[in-house]
Amino acid sequence: MSTAEKSVKEIQNQIVEEFSLFDEWDEKYAYLIELGKKLEALDPAHKTEEKKIKGCQSQVWLNSYLKDDKIYYQADSDALIVKGLVSLLVRVFSGHPPAEVAQADIDFIDEIGLKQHLSPTRSNGLVSMVKQMKLDAVAFQAFLQSKQ
Amino acid sequence: MSGTNIKGLDLTTIREEFPVLDQQVNGKPLVYFDNAATTQKPRAVIDSLVSYYSSYNANIHRGIHTLAEKATAAFESTREAIRAFINASSTEEVIFTKGTTESVNLVVSTWGRKNISQGDEIIVSGLEHHSNMVPWQMLALEKGATVKIIPVNENGELILAELENLITSRTKIIALNHVSNTLGTINPVAEVIRIAHSKNIKVLVDGAQAAAHLDIDVQQLDADFYAFSGHKMYGPTGIGILYGKKALLEEMPPYQGGGEMIKDVTYAGCSFNELPYKFEAGTPNIADAIALKAAVDFINRFGKPAIREVEQQLLEYATSKLSAIPGLTIKGTAREKVSVISFVIEGIHHQDLGILLDQEGIAVRTGHHCTQPLMGHFGITGTTRASFAVYNTFEEIDRLEAGIKKAVKMLK
Repeated sequence: MSTAEKSVKEIQNQIVEEFSLFDEWDEKYAYLIELGKKLEALDPAHKTEEKKIKGCQSQVWLNSYLKDDKIYYQADSDALIVKGLVSLLVRVFSGHPPAEVAQADIDFIDEIGLKQHLSPTRSNGLVSMVKQMKLDAVAFQAFLQSKQ
Repeated sequence: MSGTNIKGLDLTTIREEFPVLDQQVNGKPLVYFDNAATTQKPRAVIDSLVSYYSSYNANIHRGIHTLAEKATAAFESTREAIRAFINASSTEEVIFTKGTTESVNLVVSTWGRKNISQGDEIIVSGLEHHSNMVPWQMLALEKGATVKIIPVNENGELILAELENLITSRTKIIALNHVSNTLGTINPVAEVIRIAHSKNIKVLVDGAQAAAHLDIDVQQLDADFYAFSGHKMYGPTGIGILYGKKALLEEMPPYQGGGEMIKDVTYAGCSFNELPYKFEAGTPNIADAIALKAAVDFINRFGKPAIREVEQQLLEYATSKLSAIPGLTIKGTAREKVSVISFVIEGIHHQDLGILLDQEGIAVRTGHHCTQPLMGHFGITGTTRASFAVYNTFEEIDRLEAGIKKAVKMLK
């Protein structure tokens, strides 16, 4: 890993720092909404039932791929705030060795005061999405090991 | 609405009876508009629970000691209060359950298993909550029967003219709600029952959304079964009612086996207890049943016509305020409605709206409201639903309006 590249933990710290600028809830949510709007569109080819993580209220689509032995994610959601959170997760987990992602903790959601959206009761597919991101990382990690 | 009287109801004092309403959520005074999911509880209901557990907790019916007798008397006095609340002819027709869902499942498992056979037909309405749809689908699957649907028009009203076309010689039962949980539509259940009975078909009414708003007279309606929940009428969770006509209940096999529901047991077999105990196996939910009486008393203090008048004023005010918001469409514009307002906003996901309103301390419900087929009918995946109870105010509706406008601005 070159020194220019940040670890999962460093990216999380950076996000926590960005969110510390907001005093009011509406600034924080406005930023999330903005992130949601800016999230790179998922190739319609990946917007399939197979890639859909179904929540009770909103849907998330997740695609992952391996490039230069690093895992990358692309995702989408039909709800904007969830999409903003999805965008943060994609940013945190993309571009790292799968082994690092598989073992990473995600503390930043709690630290920026958005933990309630990752609780199972929110039924928005985010909990399942994090689980799926990790599972994909484990699968790619196994694939890389089999090549060695 | 503060300071005003409607039909003799002092609304400021009513609100004070609900301790939960006096709090801040996310730094703002709570606006509770999720009453169709569950209403808040007046102090009398909470006190009744505490009083039972702190002064006369005992298992009921078989005890000969003083506490058991006191608990039994309180438990049975709720049954009598419920009998009067729905004008059943006898307390034998009032069965305690966990709630509406269990009441429906009880009928499906007993009456349904006995009376539905291969090729028979069950009719449900297109406005049903999953709890009055899925149990019938499961029964139909088990028996090789068919479930048919009474269609719904664009206003969210049942198309009653279609009912006669759906009925055949194989139709055994019609199951429908008195009031739609998603849209607030009041269904013409008396008319449905009249049509059904003219063809010897039974009717189960899901009254979960009606019990807090409408006077219910099961004899006048001539309903065969009427199911409702305590927690949607200011009572505790975990207690509900199944009303059934005595003659039908007598013919039905028991629901669950165990204590309380038997008369005599030998190793060779058993005989079943009389109504209503035949359907109440095991130690019932004593505390919540007792506290349900306090909820009935709360409603009876004002009477449902007065409560409904308050709620209708809130509904009319909210309807005029919300329909003026650009891009907002109300789903469910039936002529006869209770105080439920379900809506969508063009380009806005209901979940985003719900999250942002929560940040303003406003509790609404978003999603499909356990009525996925109905959402399909409207071609949507969900709505935002605000539902009003007797303790809500016009000021709170103003806050909802402002909250929606702010959220839309943020999301657009």
